[in-house]
Amino acid sequence: MNIVVCVKYVPDAQADRGFDESDLTTNRESVDGLLSELDEYAVEEALKIAEAGEGEVTVVTIGPDKAADAVKKALQMGADKGVHISDEAIRGSDAFATSLLLAKAIEKIGAPDLVITGMASTDGTMGVVPAMLAERLGLPQVTFASELTVDGDGVTIRRDGDTASETIIAKLPALVSVTDQINEPRYPSFKGIMAAKKKPVETWSLADLGVDAGAVGAAGAYTKVLSVTKRPPREQGQIVTDEGDGGSKLADFLASRKFI
Amino acid sequence: MFELSQDHEDFRAMVRDFAEREVAPHVAEWDRAHHFPTDLAPKMGDLGLFGLVVPEEFGGSADPEGGPFTALCVAIEELGRIDQSIGITLSAGVGLGINPILTYGSPAQKERWLPDLVSGRALAAFGLTEPDAGSDAGATRTKASLDGDSWVVNGAKAFITNSGTEITSVVTVTARTGESADGRPEISAIMIPSGTTGFEVAPAYDKLGWNISDTHGLTFSDVRVPQENLLGDRGQGFKQFLKTLDDGRIAISALALGLLVRMREEATAYAQARTAFGRPIGVNQGVSFKVADLAVMEETARLLTYKAAWLKDQQELGKHSVAEVKQAAAIAKLYTSEAAVTATRLATQIFGGNGFMEEYPVARFYRDAKILEIGEGTSEVQRMVIARNLGLSS
Repeated sequence: MNIVVCVKYVPDAQADRGFDESDLTTNRESVDGLLSELDEYAVEEALKIAEAGEGEVTVVTIGPDKAADAVKKALQMGADKGVHISDEAIRGSDAFATSLLLAKAIEKIGAPDLVITGMASTDGTMGVVPAMLAERLGLPQVTFASELTVDGDGVTIRRDGDTASETIIAKLPALVSVTDQINEPRYPSFKGIMAAKKKPVETWSLADLGVDAGAVGAAGAYTKVLSVTKRPPREQGQIVTDEGDGGSKLADFLASRKFI
Repeated sequence: MFELSQDHEDFRAMVRDFAEREVAPHVAEWDRAHHFPTDLAPKMGDLGLFGLVVPEEFGGSADPEGGPFTALCVAIEELGRIDQSIGITLSAGVGLGINPILTYGSPAQKERWLPDLVSGRALAAFGLTEPDAGSDAGATRTKASLDGDSWVVNGAKAFITNSGTEITSVVTVTARTGESADGRPEISAIMIPSGTTGFEVAPAYDKLGWNISDTHGLTFSDVRVPQENLLGDRGQGFKQFLKTLDDGRIAISALALGLLVRMREEATAYAQARTAFGRPIGVNQGVSFKVADLAVMEETARLLTYKAAWLKDQQELGKHSVAEVKQAAAIAKLYTSEAAVTATRLATQIFGGNGFMEEYPVARFYRDAKILEIGEGTSEVQRMVIARNLGLSS
């Protein structure tokens, strides 16, 4: 079973994130980056499947030089090899272009049995790349899996909704996106950290993928960020004195903020 | 020259992540309840923390060229930054539990005990100290005599770390097995599996600190174990133990370093956040100079600890001598442990009344610091060792 996992290098969600004022792209300079936490679940799931049988796990990422750290982390966790797509022209790409680059890379890696992604990135959080990528690759898209089993030539997933859980079965090869409920991602061990240095990582440019520069980056984007607004500063809390009606005041407050 | 390898730094990031997520949220409660978290050991095992100095054939990851002992120190430092008891649990589990078996065990002993110890499914302890024999380890009174093909052990041990947990599998004890030709006691090391008849684990000590760490007194009344439970050579028990002391001292330095990092972090944050007379207390030199001193202690401790750890790894490769490691270990242990006690005093002072409250972690670290000046050789013993290495014999 050969598995490709798509991962993203994102600004640390714990840090104070912002945008680059010149072109309204994510500011990656002032904040430390890391492998998106939601993608750790995808890596873990791939490793569990590979460990249960035979097979190889390849991780793919797109991004500037530092994005190689996301690949490195996945290799430290236990993935076998990595691909880093990097090209100056990619800056400013939207989800549409991202899915194109990933599709081209996966075709170049060679037809995998399974493609696994996280449910969304922790920075953009659009969650559309898995669907777009499946469409481009002509694979069944099985998204938001909270449980995944591979048996013979098919996959079965459980997708949990607010009111019901669905069981979805698809034939391999397929693309599965996984939620943060699916497993408990492992920490890399010291052995894994040392072993990762010897694992192969290829860096591919647009030319390597046969993608035209006009199809990606800001030029090829189907969406455009028009403006960004800073999150409003935290307001002072409100103290309500309970005069016998504390409960209903609390309920009114929650209702006014649409929590209930 | 003044930085660790990228592997070590990647490893540090991983252990820090683990310690902050899996350990930090619970330590105040565990400390209050004097609770040893048995479930944490296998999690640490999965991370490979117990196997850092163990070869791959026994489930470890040691690559002599990769600075394995330095990696262990990084792990102890990062765990110790969150909680000292958890740091000593790892340090003792490896240094006192695993190391003697790895270094002196027969192939059968290694095969029997190491896999579970490396995976964190079991813990081993080492019993040297006795109620009447601490730094003077030669005064050991515990006796073992051969009866047929069994050792019969009688005596008592004191302050033995990791000796009474639910997963403690074996305790190695030093015992007199006879007298050598010059009349000095012959001391050997004997492995006593948990649960052996006559081997009693006393209730946990009521300690000033290290409340999460498992520490017990042990008694042995006609405890019979097979002859092959002798660890290493007969009569070499004391000598064997002395060889593991240097490692233990460097590990304690790493533990103290973790404390020093935390005190600098806590004191800096508090000095900026706490206001008095309308401004942060950190703008007053009475406070900021203390924080500056904490930073100096931390940096000095870091240099001494990792210099000693590096020497230890180099010595394993045959590039530096045991004597160099011994001196560096004693210097590092002496400085970092005394700095740790000073640092917790300064940090609690900056916290004022809050520093006396268990709600703030500095109070726990204040209680935990003192033992660093005592365990693995007191400060006085370190000074003795250092002076002796300088040619001043006592």
